[in-house]
Amino acid sequence: MQHKIQIACRTTALADLRAFLQDTLEKLDIAAKDRHQVTLAVEEVCANLIIHSHQCNEQNHINLEVQDFPDKLVFEIKDKGQAFNLLDYEVPDLKKVISEKRKGGLGIILVKKIMDEIEFESKQGTNICRLIKRFRS
Amino acid sequence: MLSIEVLQDQNHSILLLEGEIDASNSIQLDESIRSLADNGAQSILVDGSKLEYISSAGLGVFMSYLEDFQENGISLKIYSLTPRVLEVFKILGLDQLISIFPDKTTALRED
Repeated sequence: MQHKIQIACRTTALADLRAFLQDTLEKLDIAAKDRHQVTLAVEEVCANLIIHSHQCNEQNHINLEVQDFPDKLVFEIKDKGQAFNLLDYEVPDLKKVISEKRKGGLGIILVKKIMDEIEFESKQGTNICRLIKRFRS
Repeated sequence: MLSIEVLQDQNHSILLLEGEIDASNSIQLDESIRSLADNGAQSILVDGSKLEYISSAGLGVFMSYLEDFQENGISLKIYSLTPRVLEVFKILGLDQLISIFPDKTTALRED
């Protein structure tokens, strides 16, 4: 079964993204705590793309596909914006976040703490970010 | 959807958060806290009992006031967070930096 959604690059679409993920993960029998955390991680990546790669241009879109395997979930996030490779992003120190009064930067820390693997590739103008969460079967 | 109600309880300003905080509406939280501080609030209590979800956009708002409030002697306390929202603070270790209490009574007792 395929689980896909396309959202426009506006921050209000994040609520739709969450609703889709909650619904999909519930059908896949994922525990409530894990549902909540992986939803948060996927949302953080999409929020970053919407705001930083697409400057909230509603004409642009992000595609998300949830792939379920016996021991893991893979969230494949595709967009055609300026490539933003999470793996290249230096995780800011919490103290730095406080002293610089930054309101951003925490999202990436969350994604890296919640997900087990992050893959990124960019080819022919399409960026693919894969977030992988492993579960003990 | 996020709704924020501001209540006054003696010397405390209480922000009652209801719904979900994400990148689309975290500015509402920012403006509410900013406005209380600008109006001279010395004690801000955040009631999280009806907060169902928070993303980094909302956490970042709380973090951005930590230093200013410390310098200006403004107290900011959060209480009654649901377990899953509290978990998000914990994943980042923010529960060590922000004053978080199980309920209002405990929040008021500790200075």
